[in-house]
Amino acid sequence: MNPEKAPIIQMRNIEKHFGSVIALAGVSVDVFPGECHCLLGDNGAGKSTFIKTMSGVHKPTKGEIMFEGTSMHFADPRDAISAGIATVHQHLAMIPLMSVSRNFFMGNEPIKNLGPLKLFDHDYANRVTMEEMKKMGINLRGPDQAVGTLSGGERQTVAIARAVHFGAKVLILDEPTSALGVRQTANVLATVDRVRKQGIAVVFITHNVRHAMAVGDRFTVLNRGKTLGTAQRGQITPEELQDLMAGGQELVALEGSLGGTV
Amino acid sequence: MSEANTPQAGQALVDDERIKQISPLRKALIRPELGGMCGTVIVFFLFFIFAGDSGMFNAQGVMNWSTVSAQFALIAVGACLLMIAGEFDLSIGSMIGFAGMMIAIFGVTLGWPMWAAILVTFVLCTAIGGISGYIVVRTGLPSFIVTLAFLFILRGFTIFLPQMLERKTIIGGIRDAAEGDWLAPMFGGKILTGLFQWMGDAGIIATFERGNKMGQPVVEGIPMLIVWALFMIFLGHFILTRTQFGNWIFAAGGDAESARNSGVPVNKVKILMFMFTAFSAAVFAACQVMEFGSAGADRGLLKEFEAIIAVVIGGALLTGGYGSVIGAALGALIFGVVQQGLFFAGVESSLFRVFLGVILLFAVILNTYIRRIITGER
Repeated sequence: MNPEKAPIIQMRNIEKHFGSVIALAGVSVDVFPGECHCLLGDNGAGKSTFIKTMSGVHKPTKGEIMFEGTSMHFADPRDAISAGIATVHQHLAMIPLMSVSRNFFMGNEPIKNLGPLKLFDHDYANRVTMEEMKKMGINLRGPDQAVGTLSGGERQTVAIARAVHFGAKVLILDEPTSALGVRQTANVLATVDRVRKQGIAVVFITHNVRHAMAVGDRFTVLNRGKTLGTAQRGQITPEELQDLMAGGQELVALEGSLGGTV
Repeated sequence: MSEANTPQAGQALVDDERIKQISPLRKALIRPELGGMCGTVIVFFLFFIFAGDSGMFNAQGVMNWSTVSAQFALIAVGACLLMIAGEFDLSIGSMIGFAGMMIAIFGVTLGWPMWAAILVTFVLCTAIGGISGYIVVRTGLPSFIVTLAFLFILRGFTIFLPQMLERKTIIGGIRDAAEGDWLAPMFGGKILTGLFQWMGDAGIIATFERGNKMGQPVVEGIPMLIVWALFMIFLGHFILTRTQFGNWIFAAGGDAESARNSGVPVNKVKILMFMFTAFSAAVFAACQVMEFGSAGADRGLLKEFEAIIAVVIGGALLTGGYGSVIGAALGALIFGVVQQGLFFAGVESSLFRVFLGVILLFAVILNTYIRRIITGER
């Protein structure tokens, strides 16, 4: 999007083989700070494998990952997280029975030392949680409200806010809208927009073209382990994207018989 | 799209439909201790009416049910933290028998100094707790099965060892062996004896009127068992609510996978909680053998279930991730007051078990309802 900016993460010719199966056959994607890069593809296209490679779950068989200009080899997801690549999974890292503030700081608890004791600094945690939630447009009854009382969209938003608060530079959202209703989806997309404006690179995985078109700056379509190219916003219509995802031919034929409702 | 999601629009959305007003009653309901608090009030109220004049609430009576409650509380704290961390320990009762027997074998049969016997027993029991925890997290088996195995293994050793060594199932003489020991009074002693003597002299509490204890107060002091119980309750509550580790306990029990994704050392937390439960069983055993002066192979039978019931009455969920140490302590108090109160009220004491079953059922139903409120499930 901004040619003067350097990409924060570059995936170059990534190949990933699982035994005799070639899941990724040379995928190259650049992601810039402050952009929302949508990764589209049908089921089995290699989206999940690709982002798992990006977030350190899988090691690429071939190819190079450049993060902030240097070649990186992530040993495990913790490694990628500490570098600043955070993933918000479809099935979230949220615990319904725990309060929002306890969830927000889970694994990263603010510490107040009382002699040798490591106390959970509840005042700080509550204050920060309320502030961050307000920024994201969620008004909580209180920081002690259980996550279980939040809607699916709000939980996604809490997870995103948490990743941002703990210094994510690249935020990978794995199908964040796939299980949500219309209004909740709108809230999550608004959150994505807000995060992007803070200069964070967002990698948004979806197979819903309308969701992608709503927030995406650039669109990369994966099909059968290969990229079918990256398009800028405005250069491509939703119909074209849809066709690319489905591999073209079949859907055109189907569209004819369904009268253009797909 | 972007129009509809300006902060103002989001705000309006929030104001009109996101924040459901919840009544103070519902808000109070989702505190895990609530059931325990109500139960405590009801139980005390009933026994004030039906057993108020039976001596249940004089110094001796209070000490009686306090001691019994403290016994329950001691093991309930361990079981509570473990249950919140998402696991069970069915070997608590066997561990009590085993720990008591090991103190007796080390201290009496082998003739070690009592402090060494106690310390080695504590290390041994905590290590065994750690082993069962390790097996649970490594194999991924339900802790129910793993600790059920330990229930039998430990009980078996508790019966076998004294028979092999002494040809009997009860080893006595612990009080003599503990004479003059520095550590034993930490479990078998009493504190504030001076205060109680003074209260006896001042006529605030009753004194013995004849016999060799004439002039001494009927309650000599507060047994260390109660002190330990209060200490463990405080410690458990503090760790759970105020420390980083406490957050990890909730997280480990709430959803182990999510907790791992967020960097919580779930396996370490669970193993430590198994060790803590074993430790509290060992404290119970040490207090018991010092009080009785003997260790028996049948000590601690069914204690694991009593601990779990106290925890559940206290509002913890069997599925983990939710509960309160204060609640568990109140559960233990209800337990102790009812068990002893039925005796004071002159009710057939076997009815205690009926009460236990009924209250357990009610507690579980209430907890399930509370869980639905918290998680918004229907």
